[in-house]
Amino acid sequence: MTQMTFARAINSGLRRSLDNDPKVLLMGEDIGTLGGVFRVTDGLQKDFGKHRVVDTPLAESGIVGTAVGLAYRGYRPVVEIQFDGFVYPAFDQIVSQVAKMHYRSRGAVKMPITIRIPFGGGIGSPEHHSESPEAYFAHTAGLRVVTPASPQDAHTMIQQAISCDDPVVFFEPKRRYHDKGEVDESLDPNSATPMGQARVVTDGSDVTLVAYGPLVKTARDAATAAADEGVSVEVIDLRSLAPVDFATVEASVRKTGRLVITHEAGQSGGLGAEVAASITERCFYHLEAAPVRITGFDVPYPYSKVEMHHLPNLDRILDGVDRALGRPNSLSGLEG
Amino acid sequence: MVTDDAGQGGTAAGQDNNAGHQGGAGHNMVQLITPAGERVSHPEYDPWVRDVSDEQLCSLYEDLVVIRRIDKEATALQRQGELGLWPPLLGQEASQVGSVRSLRDDDFIFPSYRENGVAYCRGVDLADILRVWRGAASGGWDPYAVNMAIPQIVIGAQTLHATGYAMGIQNDGADSAAIVYFGDGATSEGDVNEAMVFAASFQVPLVFFCQNNHWAISEPVRLQSHTQLVDRGAGFGIPSMRVDGNDVLAVMAATRVALDRARRGGGPTFIEAVTYRMGPHTTADDPTRYRDPNELEDWAAKDPIGRVHALLDRKGLFTAEFEAGVRTKADAVARELRAGCVGMPDPEPLDVFKHVYSTPNSWLDRQQDHYSRYLASFGDPAGATQEKGAR
Repeated sequence: MTQMTFARAINSGLRRSLDNDPKVLLMGEDIGTLGGVFRVTDGLQKDFGKHRVVDTPLAESGIVGTAVGLAYRGYRPVVEIQFDGFVYPAFDQIVSQVAKMHYRSRGAVKMPITIRIPFGGGIGSPEHHSESPEAYFAHTAGLRVVTPASPQDAHTMIQQAISCDDPVVFFEPKRRYHDKGEVDESLDPNSATPMGQARVVTDGSDVTLVAYGPLVKTARDAATAAADEGVSVEVIDLRSLAPVDFATVEASVRKTGRLVITHEAGQSGGLGAEVAASITERCFYHLEAAPVRITGFDVPYPYSKVEMHHLPNLDRILDGVDRALGRPNSLSGLEG
Repeated sequence: MVTDDAGQGGTAAGQDNNAGHQGGAGHNMVQLITPAGERVSHPEYDPWVRDVSDEQLCSLYEDLVVIRRIDKEATALQRQGELGLWPPLLGQEASQVGSVRSLRDDDFIFPSYRENGVAYCRGVDLADILRVWRGAASGGWDPYAVNMAIPQIVIGAQTLHATGYAMGIQNDGADSAAIVYFGDGATSEGDVNEAMVFAASFQVPLVFFCQNNHWAISEPVRLQSHTQLVDRGAGFGIPSMRVDGNDVLAVMAATRVALDRARRGGGPTFIEAVTYRMGPHTTADDPTRYRDPNELEDWAAKDPIGRVHALLDRKGLFTAEFEAGVRTKADAVARELRAGCVGMPDPEPLDVFKHVYSTPNSWLDRQQDHYSRYLASFGDPAGATQEKGAR
């Protein structure tokens, strides 16, 4: 086990994938000499060469579209989109080409492409640098969407994503890049928890709190704070956003009878809506209260001096837990 | 002899894309067979087709005729309700035959949706050519069986795929090449321009083959470009050629030049094949709403088949026996096409779930399971007993 940052853990995972499979190559803007704007690819071009770690022109559709051609040729491209808000020029190639090529070719052409996107807010950036576009991709058939929340998961899940024969949109919670954790670099990704499986982070019996990516840490902190008040919160890290491992969430809700979901993305049409609806379908008679969503607002990502109001924090999440429990909360009286 | 557009024959110069609306450097257009069927010499391009024997010329003629026959038969199948839609290539036969017949088997083709002639020459099964248009599949053939990607509907998207594929060829150290087909309208798309940036930056072995057929549905080429399309290449540092796209030999010569450059590490080439879509954009389109009938007449005089016919005639090769042989072949292909179309089995209901993923997906598995129970509730053995599709 080694202490390392989240960013370093991905770097180490990428290095292992490059080492293990000559068909893996990395592409993106500034990922070579610079090592990426977050240094996630630091040192990889030096060690693997310019044909394995490719600095591309500044054209997101071009980056993803050429990856489609490389996959056609049998490569396993890993592309970096520099920031969440820059993925939109590549949207057509991702949803119309990457996602559908296997279906369109009746299984003949595999698209084992990993699309790395640093996402989410909380780092005081200007616009286009703090967005949470995961629902667009989770809604697209043919794509898998995952997001790790710990350095260990970052290390193993990036390797699992690269070896997956389906395309994977890999969201990296950028405000956690510098968080440190224990990482077992020798862990075999094939024997580790599959990337499609959710993880119970904290056991609890009163409320199920579902989070993913950057908010898993916040959710865990909220559970610790709730415990001080005598409320037992079970925190689940979804890890996979498409498909969501509903079996794990369902088992927890059957136990607790209450569900709170939190994410940074805007509320309407978001992952929280999907989790609330699907869990209600699956365990309506086990629910003691309506599912509660604690999310970002349906606004363009706000400028940094007010972003703390947009992002769910520990107190807002605890307010949501109170709502699920029917305890006094900010919306008390509104339900009637 | 190098002819300019005005010398291309007919009276269409005023309609052509370097007259008036489109300025630019005014590339000369390569032509080796005139519309009257005269073989004209060209010192630069002649050597590239010197090996084309009389016998091969006859074979090219047969391809042109068979492809036109496929087009006619497929259009009829659409009118009879057997196909949902068909994109005719009437008039563009020489562009497709001349380019695809220059490729090696290990070269990889990225088509748009109109390259039915390319698919025929590549050996794609005739029924597979129709599969997409019948609505029986989104992609008709196995790309690796013929080294040709499945049709691409999104305009220009395939130029990036071809560029990436050519990057792969380069990484593999192979001496094969990729070729990508797109139309005049596609040159306005961002993807095509990004593809040219990537292809030039990495000097990949790729041929950009633009069939300028003058119309993007109802929009004329002058709405796409203020310059000749061929001039686009120069801005990206890509060597470019403008050829008479209705001249099968000129297209062949240009494509061979480009492929040779690609194989020798010389990077990409842009070819503008100046041709004309004589029919509608698709069978759902009505070109009489936007096109001057005189324009069609002018281009009919430059027909790609007529001029090879005339050339073969001049050489004394167009015998009654030859003509009958070509007709017999075209009839046979048309019959096979029709049989393949009407005999194509409909997909099974649960096929809708097949091949979305190559590994299991819990969301989709659940939906398939629920739908198959629903089908089974009608007592329909086809629905009830169908096994889960591989995905």
